[in-house]
Amino acid sequence: MLKTMLKVNDINVYYGSIHAIKGVSFSVERGEIVTLIGANGAGKSTILNTVSGLLRSKTGSVSFLDKPIGSLVPHKIVAGGLAQVPEGRRVFLNMTAEENLEMGAFTRKGAEAAESLADVYMRFPRLKERRKQIAGTLSGGEQQMLAMGRALMSKPELLMLDEPSMGLAPILVEQIFEIIKELNAAGVTILLVEQNAQMALSIADRGYVLETGRIATSASASELLNNDAVKKAYLGG
Amino acid sequence: MKRNQMLIPMPLRYLINAVLFAAFLWIMNSLITGGAISRYHSGIISSIGISIILAVSLNMATGYLGQLPLGHAGFMALGAYTSALIMKSAAAAKGLESALGASYAAYFFPAALVAGGLAAALFALLIGMPALRLRGDYLAILTLGFGEIIRVVLLNIDNVLGFKLTNGAAGLQKIPTTTTFLFTFIFVGITCFVIHTMMKSRHGRAILSIRENEIAAESCGISTTYYKTLGFVVSAFFAGIAGGLYAGNVGILNPSSFGFMKSIEILVMVVLGGMGSMLGSVLSASVLTALPELLRSFAENRMVVYSLVLVIVMIFKPTGLMGTYDFSLNGLLDKLILKLKGGNARFQKGGPDE
Repeated sequence: MLKTMLKVNDINVYYGSIHAIKGVSFSVERGEIVTLIGANGAGKSTILNTVSGLLRSKTGSVSFLDKPIGSLVPHKIVAGGLAQVPEGRRVFLNMTAEENLEMGAFTRKGAEAAESLADVYMRFPRLKERRKQIAGTLSGGEQQMLAMGRALMSKPELLMLDEPSMGLAPILVEQIFEIIKELNAAGVTILLVEQNAQMALSIADRGYVLETGRIATSASASELLNNDAVKKAYLGG
Repeated sequence: MKRNQMLIPMPLRYLINAVLFAAFLWIMNSLITGGAISRYHSGIISSIGISIILAVSLNMATGYLGQLPLGHAGFMALGAYTSALIMKSAAAAKGLESALGASYAAYFFPAALVAGGLAAALFALLIGMPALRLRGDYLAILTLGFGEIIRVVLLNIDNVLGFKLTNGAAGLQKIPTTTTFLFTFIFVGITCFVIHTMMKSRHGRAILSIRENEIAAESCGISTTYYKTLGFVVSAFFAGIAGGLYAGNVGILNPSSFGFMKSIEILVMVVLGGMGSMLGSVLSASVLTALPELLRSFAENRMVVYSLVLVIVMIFKPTGLMGTYDFSLNGLLDKLILKLKGGNARFQKGGPDE
């Protein structure tokens, strides 16, 4: 089994003439929780969107399980085992919770999908209670769970989460992070993008600190938690 | 896995609908051939059917897929001219008519209609492939231009490679008037059936999810470009068929009848009926086609009335008259059976472990 799951090498991403990501390289090993932290506009989401194929890098390479994916279209990347939970809980608002989950298994066969559905319901009992409810009427936390459950329906090896804590009450944030930890224990490798650095570093193995499109520091999560510069910039002293 | 439990099994559901539709066709057809409905009125009924096909097919692209094509009349024109030319050459081959008798239309007309649909679908593929790779309003601008290009080209070419084909501004005349009530409504049935079953399939789900949220659809592993193009091409195909029926209904084709206003007229039908509701498209297409015909004196002012009606509907019911509601006869029967079986059996059965 390959140890390195995701390898990003020297990517440069532009929005028109704006140079958003400047030569970023990082890697995710199997079984890890890796987090990218940084302020607004540092380029966290841009990196995730580049890995998932929604954006293109001008240079460098992205490889997943040793296969280059930099030029693949998003749906091919998902089918390969790399799922993304997009920022801002993008659920299908007019479909029921269960229909949302079924859409997540779009790349898979019926029987496998049914198995994954049972799996997701076991992990998120709340979604099972709300399965017939229209997703737009779910609470913010439930929608985040739904977005995560939907990504899990494709049975990914690597799950990328974009700001799962966004707009959630602290108690819900804790619940969501608890679930991320459980998923990781069950064998899913996690790449987590967060503004809530404290929370992200508390569950992660390693972290990368982004500053205006560059990686400023990278270290183990516990080191970053005690790093004075990081503390000052992101953890409030 | 299903949202509602179905009491009537699937093949039977299709059978019930098919039998009722066939009965409707038979009754109406015998009324028309028997002379109870005049030639004038049956012509109006045919044009209602054509409008229904146009509205239901446009609803596929706007209501289900969430795009905004503004050139539906262009696709209709392509289908109309293609099938009109085929029918004219079939009529010109005199041997055919004497060999097959009056029923020669029954053999050639469906083929000509499908050819018209395919011509429209081909052009939809050509403009959809580049336009639909992008997110946003590019398709609206492109189809707007496309519809005008088709009209202007038809207006200005008299002959193609030396053959006198489309007659330019003078219009294409003496097209065999082969459109009958039966032809029209069989194609109405086919259109509704194909689009309905397609939307119930996993492909339909993918199309709906693109309307709901394109980025989320993409992250679910759905090829959004493929499904957007598919939906758009299917929509154009049926517009082409409607065009062929139109040609056979009026017998004369003039490029000016496929202008921008025609596209808008179809769009108004869809928006008024409710984007995403097939029933809404059918109803508003029927009403908006029948009204100007029945109230002749009022026809001149219909554009004024259209805009008024649209403004009023958008204020009081922004989702259109039917919203996204779709009527299902079998769903109704299901409810009825449940009622007869006694009270709230449905609620006892419901709940999380159902």
